[in-house]
Amino acid sequence: MLLGDEAIAQGAIDAGLSGIYAYPGTPSTEITEYVEHSKEAREKGILANWAANEKTAVESAIGMAYAGKRTMVCMKHVGLNVAADAFVNSAITGTNGGLIVVAADDPSMHSSQNEQDSRFYGKFALLPILEPTNQQEAYDMVHYGFDLSEKYHVPVLMRITTRLAHSRSGVVPKPKRAQNEMKLPEDMRQYVLLPAIARKRYKLLLGIQSQLVEEGEKSPYNVYIDGNNKKMGIITFGIAFNYLMENYPERVVPYPVLKISQYPAPRKMIEKLCNECEEILVFEEGAPMIEELLRGYLNKGIKVKGKLDGTLPRDGELNPNIVAGVLGIKEAEPLTVPEVVVGRPPSLCNGCPHIDTYLGLNEAIAKYGKGRVFSDIGCYTLGALPPFNAINSCVDMGASITMAKGAADAGLVPSVAVIGDSTFTHSGMTGLLDAINSNAPITVVILDNSITAMTGGQKSAATGKVESICKGMGADPEHVHIIKPLKKNHEENVKIFEKELAYQGLSVIIPTRECIVALNKRMRDKFKDKKEEKV
Amino acid sequence: MKKDIILAGVGGQGILSIAAVIGYAAIDMGLYIKQAEVHGMSQRGGDVSSNLRISDREIYSDLIPRGKADLIISVEPMESLRYIPMLSADGWLITNDEPFVNIPNYPEIEKIHTEIQAFPRHLLVSADKMAKEINAAKSANMVILGAAAPFLGITYDKLEKAIRMIFGKKGEEIIQTNLNALALGKDFATQHAQ
Repeated sequence: MLLGDEAIAQGAIDAGLSGIYAYPGTPSTEITEYVEHSKEAREKGILANWAANEKTAVESAIGMAYAGKRTMVCMKHVGLNVAADAFVNSAITGTNGGLIVVAADDPSMHSSQNEQDSRFYGKFALLPILEPTNQQEAYDMVHYGFDLSEKYHVPVLMRITTRLAHSRSGVVPKPKRAQNEMKLPEDMRQYVLLPAIARKRYKLLLGIQSQLVEEGEKSPYNVYIDGNNKKMGIITFGIAFNYLMENYPERVVPYPVLKISQYPAPRKMIEKLCNECEEILVFEEGAPMIEELLRGYLNKGIKVKGKLDGTLPRDGELNPNIVAGVLGIKEAEPLTVPEVVVGRPPSLCNGCPHIDTYLGLNEAIAKYGKGRVFSDIGCYTLGALPPFNAINSCVDMGASITMAKGAADAGLVPSVAVIGDSTFTHSGMTGLLDAINSNAPITVVILDNSITAMTGGQKSAATGKVESICKGMGADPEHVHIIKPLKKNHEENVKIFEKELAYQGLSVIIPTRECIVALNKRMRDKFKDKKEEKV
Repeated sequence: MKKDIILAGVGGQGILSIAAVIGYAAIDMGLYIKQAEVHGMSQRGGDVSSNLRISDREIYSDLIPRGKADLIISVEPMESLRYIPMLSADGWLITNDEPFVNIPNYPEIEKIHTEIQAFPRHLLVSADKMAKEINAAKSANMVILGAAAPFLGITYDKLEKAIRMIFGKKGEEIIQTNLNALALGKDFATQHAQ
């Protein structure tokens, strides 16, 4: 019984992986966690590394693949924005050892700030994309993906979405294979993207595109299933196939169906479907990427139904009911939720250090009025909700510091940035350097709970380093404070916030106290160890 | 054979351990299974649910279609009601009666209980209380699972075996406590389910 994420991880271990790099992000985190905690991976000397951010992770992976080893790098969809520079250029350098980049998308935004579709990145970079339909395919496709990557010497993008990432099912394993030996690229200038070399490399990448389309035509993951009723042809991408089949209990769809899980999409198969059927219904989990291609901007050719003509909702994830509705399959009127039921939003845990920080900051900043606190991505984003109502922004990793600087540049003084320790080393450090260099009149609050908490407690690259990083980059030591966010220190902490909010230059306040969930877990483990010692 | 089950509760209440026992037992019976979980932000004290699907044929969707669930199993009474649109017309609602209050506007518990009792097929289980009475305060989950046992399409001995496997490392005492809690729930269901 493996989660989709875990199936990818076990698939990688079995397919001869040498190292996996990642920055945690829902719904991708469990891939790297699985390898990190796998005894088998440890025994095989497979590296599992939490990188400072997705860009450093992809770059490390490019380096490991340069040395001939099979490598995987994992992130959530928005992480691929951070890593985009490395990712897109890795298509130009090509790869030596097999390289799979996994991007886990989050349609419906269960734990994200947007629902961008990572397949666009694959198309943009001219790389093959694999989009597994279920846990078994997720497992199998890692073997297949490494082969594809090593055959064409290019990275392969694997795109999954939340439902597959976080759903369990039985998986049948394949025979295990050994890791690659270390081996340098045959062309020692392959990775030197000077314009003259890059132009040659780009031509090579363009040159294999028709072969990649051919790979899609013969892929075992792209399947044409004929049907009697040619009034309509259906194309499904990735897990959308499951929602279609769910609506036919006898597993027979009356219409021809083209199930696609490998890109570039198979052109001949699509052409056959379009020639044989009067209209085409497209089910894509995410953006209408292929639908738009089929339809064309002027929509004068094939009759296509999907997300662009309102047949399907434009946003949110698909589900069996949406698909049933489009196919005209009737369902009984569902019962309604009784009125007595109220919402239960997520909240900061009892004993969370962020609670004391927000109570202190709220009190100190009250006299300046609302709308001055720029925040970031982590548990502390929950400070936006009552009873705190403490923050005014959450945009992207690291944006708190730079947005506070920009707002201060515009005259909003004081402005405050609130950022976690792991987010700070992910993408906040360079912004802080900007702020230090211009001595921006902002107060940067770095919440140091010594862990990446929101994603379940992965090691933070910042642990034990936040103060020295700030001072090392040139923050005035007079205006760098470490405080302990505890109820008993409230008055004292408010005074420090007040003093630095009044200061007309850059200040840093580092509330430092371990995440309560991490602390409880550490204590439980300690107790367990002691108990085992006694036995 | 096909059972679609919604597991419900609040982040941190451990609905996944119920899922693990059912899942292990189902696999032991040679059945197909899919189980969609909630990870990430909602786990911070928010409402959480899991879609657990068991079948003797291959299962496609990870999500249970609305109005098709055979069972809602909940460790928290208000949470059991949140997923009512998922329940089929002849489905069972099986829930703990003990509220988990972590929001300021939690409704009066009597109103919640009244709504649950309005369902023709429901079991409102005092799982916390029953578990405490046998010194198994941490096993209220297993009482709820026991109460659901007759509806799962899984034989009782397979559930017992799954508990032995899953709690195996924790020693015989913990296994026995959980088995006792399971039996208590099953007896309750036998007496009250009609």
